[in-house]
Amino acid sequence: MNALTEKLVTRLGADRVLCQREDLIVYAHDGTAALRQLPACVVLPHTSAEIAEIVQLAVEHNTPIVPRGSGTGLSGGSVPVPGAIVLCLAKMDKVLELDERNLTMLVEAGVTTQTIAERAEAAGLLYPPDPGSMKISTIGGNVAENAGGLRGLKYGITRDYVIGMEVALANGQIVWLGGKCVKDVAGYSLRDLFIGSEGTLGIVTKVLLKLVPKPPAKKTLLATFPRMDAAAETVSAIVAAKIIPCTLEFLDNTTIRCVEEFAHIGLPLDAEAILLMETDGHPAVVEDEARAMETIAREHGATSVQVARTAAEAERLATARRAAFSALARVSPTTILEDATVPRSELATMVNFIQEAARRYHLRVGLFGHMGDGNLHPTFLTDERNADEMRRVEEAMREIFEFAVARGGTITGEHGVGLAKKRFLPKAVGDGSVALMRQIKRTLDPHNILNPGKVFDGCT
Amino acid sequence: MHLKRMDYSILLQCIHCGLCLPTCPTYAETKLERHSPRGRIALMRAIAMDELPLTRAFGEELYFCLGCLACQTACPAGVNYAKLFEAARADIEEMRVLANPLRDLVRGVVVGFVFCHPRALRALGRLLYLYQASGLERLVRQWKLTRLLPRRLRELEPLLPRIQRHFSDALIREVETLPVRKYRVGLLTGCVQDLIYPQVNRDTADVLLANGCEVVTPRLQYCCGSLHAHNGELERARELARRNMDAFDLDSLDAIITNAGGCGSHLKNYGELLADDPRYAARARQWSAKVKDIHEWLVEIGVRKPQATLPARRVTYHESCHLCHGQRVAWQPREVLKVIPNLELVELPESNWCCGSAGIYNITQPEMAQKLLARKQDRITATQAAVVASANPGCSVQLESVAGTFRVAHPVTLLAEAYRVERKGGGA
Repeated sequence: MNALTEKLVTRLGADRVLCQREDLIVYAHDGTAALRQLPACVVLPHTSAEIAEIVQLAVEHNTPIVPRGSGTGLSGGSVPVPGAIVLCLAKMDKVLELDERNLTMLVEAGVTTQTIAERAEAAGLLYPPDPGSMKISTIGGNVAENAGGLRGLKYGITRDYVIGMEVALANGQIVWLGGKCVKDVAGYSLRDLFIGSEGTLGIVTKVLLKLVPKPPAKKTLLATFPRMDAAAETVSAIVAAKIIPCTLEFLDNTTIRCVEEFAHIGLPLDAEAILLMETDGHPAVVEDEARAMETIAREHGATSVQVARTAAEAERLATARRAAFSALARVSPTTILEDATVPRSELATMVNFIQEAARRYHLRVGLFGHMGDGNLHPTFLTDERNADEMRRVEEAMREIFEFAVARGGTITGEHGVGLAKKRFLPKAVGDGSVALMRQIKRTLDPHNILNPGKVFDGCT
Repeated sequence: MHLKRMDYSILLQCIHCGLCLPTCPTYAETKLERHSPRGRIALMRAIAMDELPLTRAFGEELYFCLGCLACQTACPAGVNYAKLFEAARADIEEMRVLANPLRDLVRGVVVGFVFCHPRALRALGRLLYLYQASGLERLVRQWKLTRLLPRRLRELEPLLPRIQRHFSDALIREVETLPVRKYRVGLLTGCVQDLIYPQVNRDTADVLLANGCEVVTPRLQYCCGSLHAHNGELERARELARRNMDAFDLDSLDAIITNAGGCGSHLKNYGELLADDPRYAARARQWSAKVKDIHEWLVEIGVRKPQATLPARRVTYHESCHLCHGQRVAWQPREVLKVIPNLELVELPESNWCCGSAGIYNITQPEMAQKLLARKQDRITATQAAVVASANPGCSVQLESVAGTFRVAHPVTLLAEAYRVERKGGGA
């Protein structure tokens, strides 16, 4: 045990500072494929004050800190860097306040997205962001990665619901940013700086969330297509018809088969693609939009459009869709998931390009995603033990990113840059942007101890 | 080592997405990654890849796991956790990382002898019955003689369930037939069920008869071996499986019926357990195809609604882990309950969350088992149900230990009672 861990043990007690090899192994990865690094130790704080002290100790000992919630991230954001302390916030899981007069909820960073959704729903409210891993992902992680979800196109993403937060800074200070006011333009919007900062600027310890009234009606439709680009064109046409449903999710045939094998909900196994479409709001609007979407789908070649009969059936469809990424692992041991995103007018060309790239590199790909946001999840089905195939995956991925960027898109719609995509960042945002990010990082974290090496390299 | 010999792709199947974490009772209670399925699989993988020696800490971790298999239901990637779990525990026993003289003695007697010899088990059962029924137990407790026991045994002593006077073969004839029979089925009477809940076996036979099934109950049945397989004794489990199959004339039976979730899950796995046994592999596959949980079977053949008027009752259903996660039998017991007249079935929140019984977990890990039991008790009480139905003897013993406001009963018992009222001429 080194001097730092000794101090941590003195401060937190041995049961909250894990150094056994058995503990280090299990915190060596998050939800990202093929990234693994053992940390030096894992600490489990209970309070913001403890976090501030841990950060201070880490600065004194020049030791990196990697924050972590439930470890479901998909860009390696909470994969340890060598010698790091993993700061796991899973035990800070209290809902501190549900303010029904202001429609806000104050939670600790380790509260799961599911808990927030359930508590909101019980009060007749809705917390819209619903990332695939919402049953276990923590709000701290959602904020750090600025997570999206299935309802992004109508309701937006995590950023749109964070109105305040408490952050532990690298200098050991704890600051509160934002508040319950709907309008507040006093000074810089600093909370926005921390949303999506991937743990590189500070440790988010508490989050104040905005909630919206739960929509009174909802309708879920499942459209089946014989061709993938027909589904993509349907989505572009729905948006062009000025309809913004809450969900437009797409699954290709490979994904359909894997999801069906897991969930047994009767998906059409021979369909080339399906669209899961959901509209919510006032009952009359919901009726109208559902009818319009059905018509557009049929005009674009949908062979069938079914309506979920019950809320439970609709929920089963959404839950099954959330399992898509993991279900694809039924085909192959390693699933490399990406989230290249393009403007919605470019969807059909993007879909065709991904398939074509997979063909050229002799790779299997499962394709699904939040088509309504232009946010696709091409998932390469591979085997990390096959070095040659992994190299081809890399190449195909690079081409897909370049294509997306050339079409006005981005390398990541909702998973973050982390370790997995930092090589592509300059191309996506430009050198000027990266230089500005570095400057901010140096200012807030001069010793480069907060999740160093994530998003971009070298900042000392 | 089993983990190293295993097809590596089973370990690689886990993509560490974390979707199992919210369904794992030990993770929910501790929020520690090592106490989660994803963490345990990462450790198994490290051992298989020689990145970690098989340590005592690993052994303790795998015995802290309930083996409830909730993670297996939750896993979209289809990881076969049951197989990994059994292999890991077998390695732990072979490497003897947890061995100590007392543990060896208890395991030797219980796993190695009593549960391998049905006659010995029944003899022990009779002794315990006499001890309890003669008043000796009362005296021992009154005089606080239990203080003489070692601490662990002293703590366990109050958990000793009531042993019944008559076991299953005193209550059920070897063949019970019908004037017109539609099916012929074998009945497995189990070990714990046989000693503590033999009436559930009688009820099962009655329900089968009421649904047109002739019931064959071999006199000498062996422990199904789940206790052994789950505790690292795969060879003994195989031997018990062979003996059990020998006890039944498979070709003449339409189904082999089990009414205990924990046993059923393992019984259905004989095919895989004996896949490499040249003499028994084919027979084991046939066996696995014929083993049916009683609720599964009743729904399959179309369970008959009892024509009886019964008092209104609110009932909730607690799912045995190895029935719902191990066997994926979840809606069928509810369907069976729903055919009972005047029974209001209310859903139990977290119905498929382990109650802490988990085989012998409540004995080996009393602290965690107690936490899970308290959680379960809260949920049951909140439903205000008069009866909690449960289809596994382990769960029943566990739930009965806190049953104050509710009665614990097997769904089949409730159905058998309804048929009895029907026979008496319609009830109230």
